[in-house]
Amino acid sequence: MSEAGGSDEVILELANVEASYGPVQALRGVSLKVRRGKIVTVLGANGAGKSTILKTISGIIDPRKGQIRFEGEEIQRKDPALVVRRGIGHVPEGREVFPLLTVEENLRMGAYTRSDAAGVAGDIELVYGYFPILKERAKQEAGLLSGGEQQMLAISRALLSRPRLMLMDEPSLGLSPLLTQEIFRIIARINREQGTTILLVEQNANMALEVAEFGYVLEVGRIVMEDSCANLARKEDVQEFYLGMKAEGVRGQRRWKKKKQWR
Amino acid sequence: MAGVSLGCVYALVALGFVLIYKATETVNFAQGDLMMLGAFFALTASVMMGWPYWATILFAITVMAVVGMLIERIVLRPVLGQPAFTVVMITIGVGYVMRGVVTMIPGWGTDTHQIATPFAEAIWNVGGVVLPVQQLGVIAMTAALCAVLYLFFRFSRLGVAMQATSQNQLAAYYMGIPVRRVNMMIWGLSAGVAAFAGILLAPATFIHSNMGFIGLKAFPAAVLGGFGSVPGAIVGGLIIGVVEALAGYYLPEGFKDVAAYVVLLVVLMVRPSGIFGETARKKV
Repeated sequence: MSEAGGSDEVILELANVEASYGPVQALRGVSLKVRRGKIVTVLGANGAGKSTILKTISGIIDPRKGQIRFEGEEIQRKDPALVVRRGIGHVPEGREVFPLLTVEENLRMGAYTRSDAAGVAGDIELVYGYFPILKERAKQEAGLLSGGEQQMLAISRALLSRPRLMLMDEPSLGLSPLLTQEIFRIIARINREQGTTILLVEQNANMALEVAEFGYVLEVGRIVMEDSCANLARKEDVQEFYLGMKAEGVRGQRRWKKKKQWR
Repeated sequence: MAGVSLGCVYALVALGFVLIYKATETVNFAQGDLMMLGAFFALTASVMMGWPYWATILFAITVMAVVGMLIERIVLRPVLGQPAFTVVMITIGVGYVMRGVVTMIPGWGTDTHQIATPFAEAIWNVGGVVLPVQQLGVIAMTAALCAVLYLFFRFSRLGVAMQATSQNQLAAYYMGIPVRRVNMMIWGLSAGVAAFAGILLAPATFIHSNMGFIGLKAFPAAVLGGFGSVPGAIVGGLIIGVVEALAGYYLPEGFKDVAAYVVLLVVLMVRPSGIFGETARKKV
């Protein structure tokens, strides 16, 4: 898989995707591209529609308009089970482990679409290598794990389907800064060692810009900016609105009337 | 002993309630009628076709599993996402339809029937205690079914997937578990268990189109155990069976039929979530 690391092949492409929850439109024509072997991030505030993008790719939400192409084939409005079989794994927001199943059973559910028992057993050992704590807790109910451990389990569970593309929804949610760093370090490692392409959605823009190569900024359902993460991190607006750095005015006060440049 | 064996039947019907409730969050008020229908299929196999008892059981369970899956697929899936009230009314309607259809089928009708069992009217006398073989058989078969179900849910891939789906449906979708098909199979399983209960109940109450009203006793059994708990359903069923038998023996006429509800009220006053009620709240 790693040979794809440097290629420019587009593994996932969204074209003018519109989605809504009843009368509320969450995505207003989103287009983005993810290249194979890369980590791509979508930044945005609460309610910007970040999770909706991932849910639409996974088939949980059917888009009203637009196409989603994965490895050249359209996957919009397909059954979620089929999307998983095609090679897309999803680490849901808020972890969503199966609370009453053991850690190991959770992992086996992650491999539900696979039938090669030996391969699954090997991959379980592989994720235990990434997260040794899960091996210690293998026979415990997942509901008893701490938030960080549950996040590790959610990532491992998604890996078990051997995805070529992993969708990650706010992996830092509710975690301590230290734990967030550890999780992000492992996300980068998985990307490097397994060659898994990752589409990462985050509110923690600092972390996301550090680990990802390319980024999109989403606001109220629209992509308002796209650039390499290095460039994004230098942009004044991103610094102010997503990285929390204050722009000082001439009088040393924050200029409340300042507008984002893309408006 | 009579109480325990009747309690076993309550337990199995309650188990059917719980399985469907856990998986789909709907209360299937047709559960008793599924049991009735299963008993009639057993009647067909046993009396009309002359099959042996064990083949009869397999036949009734298989047919009812298919019926259960069809009910889910045809009647309930189209109303997926509608308010729970709608679904409950539909299951009540399905129950009525089944009761009606049964009376129209030649050979079934409104009469009471009986099927032969290998547990004759024999009685074992163990050290002065009289044990009717019939009731021991019911208890043993219930225990066996529970063991099979336990192994299925604990170790088979589909069984664990059923648990996973009932615990977190969204995550099950993300794992590529075919959630709708799994729910359909749970309906099939639940109907199959109901058929088994119907066969066990047949020698005690005979087979007739209104035997499904036993669901009215199984429902408190499920609530008593803590709706949504499989072991709770079994314990609840046994408690209600035993209490009923004792009430019939020691208390004046009429108490037998309300005993189940008296027990239910008392338990709910002490433990509002039932004996095995889940303490963990469900995440929205």
